[in-house]
Amino acid sequence: MTGTSPACSQAQIDDEIASLALDSTAGEDRDPAGLRGATRLDYAPYRSTVLRHPTKALHPADPEGLEMWSPVFSHRDVAAVESDLTIHPQGEPIGERIRVTGRVLDGDGRPVRGQLVEVWQANAGGRYIHQRDQHPAPLDPHFTGMGRCLTDEAGHYSFTTIKPGPYPWRNHLNAWRPAHIHFSLFGTEFVQRIVTQMYFPGDPLLPLDPIYQGIADRGDRDRLVASYAHDLSEPEFLMGYRWDIVLTGAHRTPAEET
Amino acid sequence: MTQPTTQSGSGLVPTVGQTVGPFFHDALPWPGDRHLVAPGDAGAVRLAGRVLDGEGAPVPDALVELWQAGADGRPATAPGSLRRDGHTFTGFGRCATDEEGWWSFTTLPPVTPRGGAVAYVSLAVFARGLLDRLLTRAYLPGTPVDGTSGDGVLDGVAADRRATLVMAADDPGYRFDVRLQGEGETVFLCWPRDPRAGGR
Repeated sequence: MTGTSPACSQAQIDDEIASLALDSTAGEDRDPAGLRGATRLDYAPYRSTVLRHPTKALHPADPEGLEMWSPVFSHRDVAAVESDLTIHPQGEPIGERIRVTGRVLDGDGRPVRGQLVEVWQANAGGRYIHQRDQHPAPLDPHFTGMGRCLTDEAGHYSFTTIKPGPYPWRNHLNAWRPAHIHFSLFGTEFVQRIVTQMYFPGDPLLPLDPIYQGIADRGDRDRLVASYAHDLSEPEFLMGYRWDIVLTGAHRTPAEET
Repeated sequence: MTQPTTQSGSGLVPTVGQTVGPFFHDALPWPGDRHLVAPGDAGAVRLAGRVLDGEGAPVPDALVELWQAGADGRPATAPGSLRRDGHTFTGFGRCATDEEGWWSFTTLPPVTPRGGAVAYVSLAVFARGLLDRLLTRAYLPGTPVDGTSGDGVLDGVAADRRATLVMAADDPGYRFDVRLQGEGETVFLCWPRDPRAGGR
Protein backbone atom coordinates (compact mmCIF):
# COMPACT_ATOMS: atom_id res chain seq x y z
CA MET A 1 0.00 0.00 0.00
CA THR A 2 1.43 3.31 -1.01
CA GLY A 3 0.06 6.80 -0.86
CA THR A 4 -3.40 5.96 0.38
CA SER A 5 -4.89 4.53 3.53
CA PRO A 6 -5.11 0.74 3.51
CA ALA A 7 -8.77 1.20 4.36
CA CYS A 8 -9.39 2.89 1.02
CA SER A 9 -12.85 1.86 -0.11
CA GLN A 10 -14.14 0.53 -3.39
CA ALA A 11 -16.01 3.84 -3.79
CA GLN A 12 -12.72 5.74 -3.63
CA ILE A 13 -11.16 3.37 -6.16
CA ASP A 14 -14.21 3.82 -8.39
CA ASP A 15 -13.73 7.59 -8.24
CA GLU A 16 -10.07 7.26 -9.17
CA ILE A 17 -10.91 4.94 -12.05
CA ALA A 18 -13.53 7.39 -13.31
CA SER A 19 -11.16 10.35 -13.06
CA LEU A 20 -8.53 8.52 -15.13
CA ALA A 21 -10.92 7.19 -17.77
CA LEU A 22 -10.56 8.41 -21.32
CA ASP A 23 -13.00 11.21 -21.93
CA SER A 24 -15.85 9.41 -23.59
CA THR A 25 -17.14 12.65 -25.10
CA ALA A 26 -13.88 13.25 -26.92
CA GLY A 27 -14.79 10.83 -29.68
CA GLU A 28 -13.05 7.74 -30.98
CA ASP A 29 -10.45 9.62 -32.94
CA ARG A 30 -9.05 11.67 -30.12
CA ASP A 31 -6.38 10.16 -27.96
CA PRO A 32 -3.91 12.95 -27.28
CA ALA A 33 -2.00 11.06 -24.60
CA GLY A 34 -1.63 7.95 -26.74
CA LEU A 35 -3.39 5.75 -24.21
CA ARG A 36 -5.26 3.56 -26.66
CA GLY A 37 -3.78 0.28 -27.75
CA ALA A 38 -1.82 -0.58 -24.63
CA THR A 39 -2.21 -1.07 -20.92
CA ARG A 40 -1.17 1.92 -18.83
CA LEU A 41 1.79 1.20 -16.57
CA ASP A 42 1.30 4.29 -14.41
CA TYR A 43 -2.10 3.55 -12.92
CA ALA A 44 -2.41 4.39 -9.24
CA PRO A 45 -5.79 2.71 -8.60
CA TYR A 46 -3.73 -0.51 -8.76
CA ARG A 47 -1.56 0.46 -5.80
CA SER A 48 1.38 -1.83 -6.49
CA THR A 49 2.09 0.04 -9.74
CA VAL A 50 3.12 3.20 -7.90
CA LEU A 51 6.78 2.25 -7.44
CA ARG A 52 6.94 -0.30 -10.24
CA HIS A 53 6.16 1.68 -13.39
CA PRO A 54 8.85 3.33 -15.52
CA THR A 55 8.55 7.10 -15.60
CA LYS A 56 10.39 7.50 -18.90
CA ALA A 57 8.90 6.76 -22.31
CA LEU A 58 9.82 3.48 -23.97
CA HIS A 59 12.78 3.98 -26.30
CA PRO A 60 11.85 3.28 -29.94
CA ALA A 61 14.18 0.76 -31.58
CA ASP A 62 14.59 -0.02 -35.27
CA PRO A 63 13.11 -3.34 -36.40
CA GLU A 64 16.36 -5.27 -36.42
CA GLY A 65 18.35 -7.36 -34.04
CA LEU A 66 17.86 -10.43 -31.92
CA GLU A 67 14.32 -9.43 -30.94
CA MET A 68 13.17 -10.11 -34.50
CA TRP A 69 13.42 -13.82 -33.68
CA SER A 70 11.80 -15.85 -30.94
CA PRO A 71 12.51 -18.95 -28.90
CA VAL A 72 11.31 -22.12 -30.59
CA PHE A 73 9.26 -24.76 -28.80
CA SER A 74 8.06 -28.18 -29.85
CA HIS A 75 6.42 -31.31 -28.49
CA ARG A 76 9.77 -31.96 -26.87
CA ASP A 77 8.79 -29.11 -24.53
CA VAL A 78 5.09 -29.75 -24.05
CA ALA A 79 3.13 -32.99 -23.70
CA ALA A 80 -0.38 -33.12 -25.15
CA VAL A 81 -1.96 -33.90 -21.77
CA GLU A 82 -0.73 -30.59 -20.38
CA SER A 83 -3.62 -28.80 -22.11
CA ASP A 84 -6.19 -30.62 -19.96
CA LEU A 85 -6.19 -29.11 -16.47
CA THR A 86 -8.97 -31.46 -15.35
CA ILE A 87 -6.81 -34.58 -15.55
CA HIS A 88 -5.65 -35.66 -12.14
CA PRO A 89 -4.69 -39.21 -11.12
CA GLN A 90 -6.71 -39.10 -7.90
CA GLY A 91 -9.95 -37.69 -9.22
CA GLU A 92 -11.95 -34.94 -10.82
CA PRO A 93 -11.65 -31.29 -9.86
CA ILE A 94 -14.72 -29.55 -8.51
CA GLY A 95 -16.40 -26.82 -10.53
CA GLU A 96 -17.84 -25.90 -13.86
CA ARG A 97 -15.92 -27.79 -16.58
CA ILE A 98 -15.13 -25.52 -19.52
CA ARG A 99 -13.09 -25.49 -22.70
CA VAL A 100 -11.31 -22.30 -23.71
CA THR A 101 -10.14 -22.19 -27.29
CA GLY A 102 -9.20 -19.68 -29.95
CA ARG A 103 -6.49 -18.61 -32.34
CA VAL A 104 -3.22 -16.80 -31.89
CA LEU A 105 -2.69 -14.42 -34.81
CA ASP A 106 -0.05 -11.87 -35.63
CA GLY A 107 -0.91 -8.29 -36.45
CA ASP A 108 -1.41 -9.20 -40.10
CA GLY A 109 -3.87 -11.97 -39.30
CA ARG A 110 -1.37 -14.77 -39.94
CA PRO A 111 -1.67 -17.75 -37.59
CA VAL A 112 1.13 -18.16 -35.08
CA ARG A 113 2.03 -21.83 -35.51
CA GLY A 114 3.61 -24.23 -33.06
CA GLN A 115 4.15 -21.63 -30.38
CA LEU A 116 3.98 -22.02 -26.62
CA VAL A 117 0.85 -20.97 -24.72
CA GLU A 118 0.93 -21.18 -20.92
CA VAL A 119 -2.02 -20.66 -18.56
CA TRP A 120 -2.57 -20.52 -14.82
CA GLN A 121 -5.64 -19.80 -12.74
CA ALA A 122 -7.47 -20.10 -9.43
CA ASN A 123 -9.75 -23.07 -8.73
CA ALA A 124 -13.54 -22.91 -8.71
CA GLY A 125 -13.48 -21.46 -5.21
CA GLY A 126 -11.11 -18.66 -6.16
CA ARG A 127 -8.02 -20.19 -4.57
CA TYR A 128 -4.57 -20.64 -6.13
CA ILE A 129 -2.34 -23.47 -5.00
CA HIS A 130 0.36 -20.80 -4.56
CA GLN A 131 1.71 -20.76 -1.01
CA ARG A 132 1.29 -16.99 -0.79
CA ASP A 133 -2.44 -17.22 -1.48
CA GLN A 134 -4.05 -16.87 1.94
CA HIS A 135 -7.67 -16.65 0.77
CA PRO A 136 -9.66 -18.87 3.16
CA ALA A 137 -11.30 -20.84 0.38
CA PRO A 138 -10.62 -24.54 -0.04
CA LEU A 139 -7.80 -25.93 -2.10
CA ASP A 140 -8.96 -28.55 -4.56
CA PRO A 141 -6.72 -31.62 -4.22
CA HIS A 142 -7.48 -32.52 -7.83
CA PHE A 143 -6.66 -29.18 -9.43
CA THR A 144 -3.33 -27.42 -9.87
CA GLY A 145 -4.63 -24.71 -12.20
CA MET A 146 -1.74 -24.71 -14.67
CA GLY A 147 -1.49 -25.83 -18.27
CA ARG A 148 0.51 -25.55 -21.48
CA CYS A 149 -0.03 -26.25 -25.14
CA LEU A 150 1.41 -25.52 -28.56
CA THR A 151 -0.66 -23.77 -31.20
CA ASP A 152 -1.54 -25.90 -34.20
CA GLU A 153 -0.96 -25.16 -37.89
CA ALA A 154 -3.89 -22.73 -37.95
CA GLY A 155 -2.81 -21.01 -34.75
CA HIS A 156 -5.42 -22.72 -32.57
CA TYR A 157 -4.91 -23.36 -28.88
CA SER A 158 -7.31 -25.25 -26.61
CA PHE A 159 -7.50 -25.86 -22.87
CA THR A 160 -9.95 -27.97 -20.91
CA THR A 161 -10.27 -26.63 -17.40
CA ILE A 162 -12.56 -25.50 -14.59
CA LYS A 163 -14.10 -22.05 -14.53
CA PRO A 164 -12.06 -20.07 -11.99
CA GLY A 165 -13.76 -18.23 -9.15
CA PRO A 166 -13.30 -14.57 -8.24
CA TYR A 167 -11.01 -13.96 -5.30
CA PRO A 168 -10.19 -11.21 -2.79
CA TRP A 169 -6.97 -9.22 -2.82
CA ARG A 170 -5.60 -6.43 -0.69
CA ASN A 171 -5.43 -3.52 -3.10
CA HIS A 172 -8.17 -1.81 -1.11
CA LEU A 173 -10.90 -2.78 1.34
CA ASN A 174 -13.22 -5.43 -0.07
CA ALA A 175 -11.29 -5.73 -3.31
CA TRP A 176 -12.21 -8.71 -5.53
CA ARG A 177 -10.60 -9.77 -8.77
CA PRO A 178 -13.00 -10.78 -11.55
CA ALA A 179 -12.64 -14.42 -12.58
CA HIS A 180 -9.76 -14.73 -15.03
CA ILE A 181 -7.23 -17.06 -16.60
CA HIS A 182 -3.64 -15.86 -16.97
CA PHE A 183 -2.19 -16.39 -20.47
CA SER A 184 1.46 -16.25 -21.52
CA LEU A 185 2.20 -16.18 -25.26
CA PHE A 186 5.09 -16.09 -27.69
CA GLY A 187 5.07 -15.00 -31.31
CA THR A 188 7.60 -15.42 -34.08
CA GLU A 189 9.53 -12.43 -32.72
CA PHE A 190 10.51 -11.74 -29.12
CA VAL A 191 8.95 -8.27 -29.44
CA GLN A 192 5.55 -10.02 -29.62
CA ARG A 193 5.98 -11.57 -26.18
CA ILE A 194 2.92 -10.97 -24.02
CA VAL A 195 1.41 -12.01 -20.72
CA THR A 196 -2.24 -11.09 -20.26
CA GLN A 197 -5.49 -12.21 -18.62
CA MET A 198 -8.68 -13.58 -20.14
CA TYR A 199 -11.97 -12.63 -18.48
CA PHE A 200 -15.50 -14.04 -18.63
CA PRO A 201 -18.51 -12.29 -20.17
CA GLY A 202 -20.95 -10.52 -17.89
CA ASP A 203 -18.68 -10.44 -14.84
CA PRO A 204 -20.00 -7.69 -12.52
CA LEU A 205 -16.52 -7.19 -11.06
CA LEU A 206 -14.97 -5.95 -14.32
CA PRO A 207 -15.93 -2.27 -13.85
CA LEU A 208 -14.56 -2.36 -10.30
CA ASP A 209 -11.20 -3.94 -11.05
CA PRO A 210 -8.20 -1.58 -11.21
CA ILE A 211 -6.11 -4.15 -13.10
CA TYR A 212 -8.66 -4.51 -15.89
CA GLN A 213 -9.46 -0.79 -15.85
CA GLY A 214 -5.75 -0.02 -16.27
CA ILE A 215 -6.55 -0.52 -19.95
CA ALA A 216 -7.67 2.89 -21.13
CA ASP A 217 -9.65 1.96 -24.21
CA ARG A 218 -12.99 0.21 -23.95
CA GLY A 219 -12.40 -1.81 -27.09
CA ASP A 220 -9.03 -2.98 -25.78
CA ARG A 221 -10.74 -4.03 -22.54
CA ASP A 222 -13.57 -5.80 -24.35
CA ARG A 223 -11.07 -7.84 -26.35
CA LEU A 224 -9.82 -9.47 -23.13
CA VAL A 225 -13.29 -10.91 -22.49
CA ALA A 226 -14.00 -14.34 -23.97
CA SER A 227 -17.30 -15.13 -25.67
CA TYR A 228 -19.53 -17.93 -24.54
CA ALA A 229 -19.66 -20.22 -27.58
CA HIS A 230 -22.48 -22.71 -27.55
CA ASP A 231 -21.01 -24.47 -30.58
CA LEU A 232 -18.04 -25.38 -28.42
CA SER A 233 -20.12 -26.70 -25.54
CA GLU A 234 -20.40 -30.47 -25.39
CA PRO A 235 -23.65 -32.18 -24.35
CA GLU A 236 -23.65 -33.24 -20.73
CA PHE A 237 -19.93 -32.52 -20.44
CA LEU A 238 -18.63 -28.93 -20.67
CA MET A 239 -19.26 -25.30 -21.61
CA GLY A 240 -17.27 -23.62 -24.38
CA TYR A 241 -15.60 -20.21 -24.52
CA ARG A 242 -13.83 -18.68 -27.48
CA TRP A 243 -11.04 -16.14 -27.19
CA ASP A 244 -8.71 -15.04 -29.97
CA ILE A 245 -5.40 -13.34 -29.29
CA VAL A 246 -3.68 -10.91 -31.64
CA LEU A 247 0.03 -10.26 -31.16
CA THR A 248 1.67 -7.06 -32.30
CA GLY A 249 2.71 -6.71 -35.92
CA ALA A 250 5.59 -8.84 -37.14
CA HIS A 251 8.62 -7.33 -38.89
CA ARG A 252 10.09 -10.27 -40.75
CA THR A 253 8.34 -12.02 -43.58
CA PRO A 254 7.62 -15.69 -42.90
CA ALA A 255 10.05 -16.88 -45.59
CA GLU A 256 12.99 -14.89 -44.30
CA GLU A 257 15.88 -17.20 -43.42
CA THR A 258 17.74 -17.09 -40.16
CA MET B 1 -16.81 -9.23 -28.70
CA THR B 2 -13.71 -11.38 -29.06
CA GLN B 3 -13.42 -11.43 -32.82
CA PRO B 4 -10.24 -9.66 -33.93
CA THR B 5 -10.89 -6.06 -34.79
CA THR B 6 -9.34 -4.40 -37.78
CA GLN B 7 -7.41 -1.25 -37.16
CA SER B 8 -7.30 1.36 -39.85
CA GLY B 9 -4.37 0.92 -42.16
CA SER B 10 -2.17 -1.71 -40.61
CA GLY B 11 -3.86 -4.96 -39.79
CA LEU B 12 -5.46 -6.26 -36.61
CA VAL B 13 -5.62 -4.55 -33.25
CA PRO B 14 -3.27 -6.30 -30.83
CA THR B 15 -4.46 -7.84 -27.59
CA VAL B 16 -3.16 -5.79 -24.66
CA GLY B 17 -1.08 -7.06 -21.76
CA GLN B 18 -1.97 -7.49 -18.10
CA THR B 19 0.19 -8.02 -15.04
CA VAL B 20 1.69 -11.44 -14.41
CA GLY B 21 0.32 -11.08 -10.86
CA PRO B 22 1.69 -12.72 -7.71
CA PHE B 23 0.72 -16.32 -8.41
CA PHE B 24 2.80 -17.36 -11.43
CA HIS B 25 5.41 -19.35 -9.54
CA ASP B 26 3.72 -22.72 -9.88
CA ALA B 27 3.10 -22.28 -13.60
CA LEU B 28 5.85 -20.35 -15.37
CA PRO B 29 9.10 -21.62 -13.81
CA TRP B 30 10.31 -25.13 -14.65
CA PRO B 31 13.24 -27.23 -13.42
CA GLY B 32 16.36 -25.95 -15.12
CA ASP B 33 14.65 -22.82 -16.42
CA ARG B 34 17.64 -20.60 -15.59
CA HIS B 35 20.39 -22.92 -16.79
CA LEU B 36 20.78 -22.39 -20.55
CA VAL B 37 23.96 -24.40 -20.11
CA ALA B 38 24.74 -26.68 -17.20
CA PRO B 39 26.36 -24.97 -14.21
CA GLY B 40 30.00 -25.92 -14.13
CA ASP B 41 30.27 -26.37 -17.89
CA ALA B 42 33.54 -25.10 -19.27
CA GLY B 43 32.84 -21.64 -20.63
CA ALA B 44 29.61 -21.13 -18.70
CA VAL B 45 29.07 -17.67 -17.28
CA ARG B 46 26.66 -16.26 -14.75
CA LEU B 47 24.37 -13.44 -15.87
CA ALA B 48 22.63 -12.09 -12.78
CA GLY B 49 21.14 -9.00 -11.27
CA ARG B 50 18.34 -7.58 -9.22
CA VAL B 51 14.99 -6.10 -10.05
CA LEU B 52 14.51 -2.90 -8.03
CA ASP B 53 11.57 -0.55 -7.56
CA GLY B 54 11.39 3.24 -7.46
CA GLU B 55 12.74 3.35 -3.92
CA GLY B 56 15.56 0.94 -4.69
CA ALA B 57 13.79 -1.87 -2.86
CA PRO B 58 14.04 -5.39 -4.28
CA VAL B 59 11.11 -6.75 -6.25
CA PRO B 60 10.73 -10.31 -4.95
CA ASP B 61 7.87 -11.28 -7.26
CA ALA B 62 9.29 -10.45 -10.67
CA LEU B 63 10.13 -12.80 -13.52
CA VAL B 64 12.99 -12.22 -15.96
CA GLU B 65 13.36 -13.93 -19.32
CA LEU B 66 16.60 -14.14 -21.27
CA TRP B 67 16.79 -14.40 -25.06
CA GLN B 68 20.26 -14.76 -26.46
CA ALA B 69 21.96 -15.61 -29.76
CA GLY B 70 23.91 -18.84 -30.12
CA ALA B 71 27.70 -18.90 -30.11
CA ASP B 72 27.67 -18.38 -33.90
CA GLY B 73 25.65 -15.18 -33.52
CA ARG B 74 22.55 -16.69 -35.05
CA PRO B 75 19.23 -16.79 -33.22
CA ALA B 76 18.83 -20.18 -31.60
CA THR B 77 16.26 -22.33 -33.39
CA ALA B 78 16.44 -25.51 -31.34
CA PRO B 79 13.42 -26.35 -29.19
CA GLY B 80 13.73 -27.96 -25.79
CA SER B 81 14.04 -25.07 -23.31
CA LEU B 82 11.41 -26.69 -21.06
CA ARG B 83 13.05 -30.12 -21.16
CA ARG B 84 16.73 -29.37 -21.44
CA ASP B 85 18.88 -32.23 -22.69
CA GLY B 86 22.11 -30.79 -21.29
CA HIS B 87 23.65 -30.30 -24.73
CA THR B 88 21.38 -28.12 -26.87
CA PHE B 89 21.56 -24.34 -26.58
CA THR B 90 18.04 -22.98 -27.00
CA GLY B 91 18.87 -19.34 -26.28
CA PHE B 92 15.95 -18.98 -23.89
CA GLY B 93 15.73 -19.01 -20.10
CA ARG B 94 13.44 -17.83 -17.36
CA CYS B 95 14.10 -16.93 -13.72
CA ALA B 96 11.77 -15.74 -10.95
CA THR B 97 13.38 -13.28 -8.56
CA ASP B 98 14.11 -14.35 -5.00
CA GLU B 99 13.25 -12.54 -1.76
CA GLU B 100 16.06 -10.06 -2.38
CA GLY B 101 15.06 -9.38 -5.96
CA TRP B 102 17.86 -11.46 -7.49
CA TRP B 103 17.62 -13.38 -10.74
CA SER B 104 20.48 -15.42 -12.19
CA PHE B 105 21.15 -17.36 -15.40
CA THR B 106 23.90 -19.81 -16.25
CA THR B 107 24.62 -19.31 -19.92
CA LEU B 108 27.17 -18.83 -22.70
CA PRO B 109 29.03 -15.53 -22.91
CA PRO B 110 26.90 -13.08 -24.93
CA VAL B 111 28.04 -12.67 -28.53
CA THR B 112 27.33 -10.15 -31.26
CA PRO B 113 24.15 -11.23 -33.05
CA ARG B 114 24.63 -11.77 -36.76
CA GLY B 115 24.41 -8.43 -38.54
CA GLY B 116 24.95 -6.53 -35.32
CA ALA B 117 27.87 -4.41 -34.14
CA VAL B 118 28.21 -5.37 -30.48
CA ALA B 119 27.32 -8.20 -28.14
CA TYR B 120 24.11 -8.10 -26.14
CA VAL B 121 21.23 -10.19 -24.84
CA SER B 122 17.54 -9.37 -24.74
CA LEU B 123 15.56 -9.42 -21.49
CA ALA B 124 11.83 -9.42 -20.76
CA VAL B 125 10.65 -8.32 -17.32
CA PHE B 126 7.34 -9.17 -15.65
CA ALA B 127 6.18 -8.44 -12.10
CA ARG B 128 3.23 -8.06 -9.81
CA GLY B 129 2.42 -4.36 -9.92
CA LEU B 130 3.79 -4.06 -13.45
CA LEU B 131 0.73 -3.96 -15.70
CA ASP B 132 2.53 -5.01 -18.89
CA ARG B 133 5.84 -6.64 -19.73
CA LEU B 134 8.95 -4.61 -20.41
CA LEU B 135 11.76 -5.41 -22.84
CA THR B 136 15.33 -4.25 -22.55
CA ARG B 137 18.85 -5.19 -23.65
CA ALA B 138 21.99 -5.90 -21.68
CA TYR B 139 25.25 -5.13 -23.51
CA LEU B 140 28.65 -6.55 -22.66
CA PRO B 141 30.83 -4.63 -20.19
CA GLY B 142 33.02 -2.15 -22.00
CA THR B 143 30.55 -1.43 -24.78
CA PRO B 144 31.13 2.26 -25.64
CA VAL B 145 28.45 4.56 -24.24
CA ASP B 146 29.76 7.64 -26.05
CA GLY B 147 27.55 7.04 -29.07
CA THR B 148 30.18 5.19 -31.09
CA SER B 149 29.22 1.58 -30.37
CA GLY B 150 27.71 1.15 -33.82
CA ASP B 151 24.57 -0.32 -32.26
CA GLY B 152 21.59 1.75 -33.32
CA VAL B 153 19.59 1.08 -30.19
CA LEU B 154 22.33 1.91 -27.71
CA ASP B 155 23.66 4.91 -29.62
CA GLY B 156 20.13 6.25 -30.02
CA VAL B 157 19.47 6.37 -26.29
CA ALA B 158 20.04 9.67 -24.48
CA ALA B 159 23.71 9.82 -23.51
CA ASP B 160 23.08 10.00 -19.78
CA ARG B 161 20.96 6.83 -19.83
CA ARG B 162 23.06 4.52 -22.04
CA ALA B 163 24.97 3.05 -19.12
CA THR B 164 21.72 1.55 -17.77
CA LEU B 165 21.93 -0.92 -20.68
CA VAL B 166 25.49 -2.12 -20.03
CA MET B 167 26.34 -5.05 -17.79
CA ALA B 168 29.06 -4.88 -15.17
CA ALA B 169 31.78 -7.53 -15.04
CA ASP B 170 31.18 -9.76 -12.03
CA ASP B 171 33.24 -12.93 -12.06
CA PRO B 172 32.30 -15.54 -13.22
CA GLY B 173 30.16 -13.43 -15.51
CA TYR B 174 28.10 -10.32 -15.50
CA ARG B 175 25.71 -8.28 -13.42
CA PHE B 176 22.77 -6.30 -14.71
CA ASP B 177 20.27 -4.60 -12.41
CA VAL B 178 16.81 -3.73 -13.70
CA ARG B 179 15.59 -0.48 -12.16
CA LEU B 180 11.89 -0.13 -12.88
CA GLN B 181 11.72 3.51 -11.79
CA GLY B 182 13.66 6.44 -10.41
CA GLU B 183 17.38 7.17 -10.36
CA GLY B 184 19.16 5.08 -12.95
CA GLU B 185 15.85 3.88 -14.38
CA THR B 186 16.61 1.21 -16.96
CA VAL B 187 15.87 2.11 -20.56
CA PHE B 188 13.01 -0.05 -21.82
CA LEU B 189 12.44 -0.58 -25.50
CA CYS B 190 9.64 -0.75 -28.03
CA TRP B 191 9.59 -1.52 -31.72
CA PRO B 192 7.49 -0.33 -34.68
CA ARG B 193 4.04 -1.89 -35.18
CA ASP B 194 3.47 -1.96 -31.43
CA PRO B 195 0.86 0.40 -29.91
CA ARG B 196 3.01 0.52 -26.77
CA ALA B 197 5.14 2.91 -28.80
CA GLY B 198 2.41 5.52 -28.25
CA GLY B 199 -1.22 4.95 -29.16
CA ARG B 200 -2.49 3.77 -32.50
